[in-house]
Amino acid sequence: MSRDVVLLSIESSCDETAAAVVKNGREVLSNVIYSQIALHTEFGGVVPEIASRKHIEKINQVIEQALSDAGMTLADLDGIAVTYGPGLVGALLVGVSEAKAISFATGLPLIGIHHIEGHISANYIENKDLEPPFVCLVASGGHSHLVVVKDYGEYEIIGRTRDDAAGEAFDKVARAIGLGYPGGPKVDKLSKEGNPDAISFPRAKVDENEYDFSFSGLKSAVLNYLNACQMKGEEVNRADVAASFQKAVIDVLVEHSMHAVKEFGYDKFAIAGGVASNSSLRKAFEERCAAEGIQFYHPSPIYCTDNAAMIGAAGYYEYVKGVRSGYDLNAVPGLKLGER
Amino acid sequence: MKILGIDSSGLVASVAVAEDGVLLGEYTTNYKKTHSQTLLPMLDELKKMIELDLTTVDAIAISSGPGSFTGLRIGSATAKGLGLALQKPLVEVPTLEGLAYNLCTSKALVCPIMDARRNQVYTGVYEFSEKPFGATEGELTYDLKVVLSQRAVDVRDLLQELERLDRQVIFLGDGVAVYRELICRECNVPFAFAPAHLNAQRAGSVAALAQQYYAQGKMVSAAAHQPEYLRKSQAEREKEERAGRG
Repeated sequence: MSRDVVLLSIESSCDETAAAVVKNGREVLSNVIYSQIALHTEFGGVVPEIASRKHIEKINQVIEQALSDAGMTLADLDGIAVTYGPGLVGALLVGVSEAKAISFATGLPLIGIHHIEGHISANYIENKDLEPPFVCLVASGGHSHLVVVKDYGEYEIIGRTRDDAAGEAFDKVARAIGLGYPGGPKVDKLSKEGNPDAISFPRAKVDENEYDFSFSGLKSAVLNYLNACQMKGEEVNRADVAASFQKAVIDVLVEHSMHAVKEFGYDKFAIAGGVASNSSLRKAFEERCAAEGIQFYHPSPIYCTDNAAMIGAAGYYEYVKGVRSGYDLNAVPGLKLGER
Repeated sequence: MKILGIDSSGLVASVAVAEDGVLLGEYTTNYKKTHSQTLLPMLDELKKMIELDLTTVDAIAISSGPGSFTGLRIGSATAKGLGLALQKPLVEVPTLEGLAYNLCTSKALVCPIMDARRNQVYTGVYEFSEKPFGATEGELTYDLKVVLSQRAVDVRDLLQELERLDRQVIFLGDGVAVYRELICRECNVPFAFAPAHLNAQRAGSVAALAQQYYAQGKMVSAAAHQPEYLRKSQAEREKEERAGRG
């Protein structure tokens, strides 16, 4: 057994300021998240400049808390992993600049990490038996990707959204039925009181790529339904709308994912990203995977939302491969998975 | 006392190390690359050139705003990271004071102007007075006095203020390139523009001025520091405008 590798990891790509200390990519020694959601709620979504300002205000406290929760100082670490894309450029730059300065001052190696690689790697934290290859669905407010994880740090994106991300559709529908931001958890909660078969919303297929997603048509269908009800003076059952919409999203995510797992011949499937904490989505995947004899993996909700522990998990596997970033590491808002 | 200075508030990226009365090194670039790509490699180069042992630095001086929001944060996050790792305090030097300090021997008023877009400049008006320094008789130092505190204003409003002050003034900063013609046309007091080597942000000035502030005990913890933007975010401004109309 080689010696332990302990990384400090930093994540600031959107509206969470987060830092963690992770050992050997699987053992979380601390995981601190400062969420800004309340700040952005009144604007109906994340305001990049406000997010960036909050990151710079909070980042040292969050890092110091992560070190102290882990009972460590910088001297106990082997490296620093930081999200450098994709995300909001101003927000990313806070974490990247901070991580580079700490790396420079301590001599600790720096490893730039892809945000989605982090989300996928969140699955390694609680599933000690999970190893590539497997298929992973990453669904969040900014991303909807179907990814074949060939090996640690080796990815092939086989499907992506053509328009809205899954979480984005949740946010927009939530706004339309007056639930507010963030939409995911609110729709999930209200859906429990509604009938998922009450309204028939479309399940979009994308002709050119059977694994791609499209959620803008579904979103429009919901808006049209709400308009039609208003025109006719009919009262809208918001719980039925939420449940029926959510079912339509989940059906598409499940069908595409299961199709990919079978086509590529894998027996393991994982979900990641903020939408992966949706309770109905998890249940649907659990049932379907059990019926198909597929091993199903998912992170706890705390590792589904943006967090730094997942960056530490991904960082470990890049670290052992010898990946290092220079002091000229820049934030790359449109960074592609698997590229450096 | 050894101070590491950083300024990435505008077009210039600059790092410097000053020890007591000596500027050990300064590295300044004014080039199209983002500060994120240049600032730390420059600091790394400077460190090697002057064989700097970072643990001997007493404080990190940061040009703390106003300026480009993103530029300020790149500098601030760098300073905060250094402060956290080295367990050293930060000295916040307002960007306009750092700029003005380029001309600290001036008898005229010093007026840095930074292009703030939306027809405004970030500006302030400063003057320097000589006061006795140290134990040696006859030795003087230059004391910065704020005549007009830093603000974002229309350049014409600034010119009116200067007319009211009725003194000779030296302009500097990236706003000069943008408003030179207007100043030449409408400035009603004697004026000059600072020469090329003194007219932009320099971390050497930030570090030198920070030595005074450090001696006065004006430090903040790395955790507490955040930039002074002088302006709210666009989303907040628009929200306030809507509320004002409503």
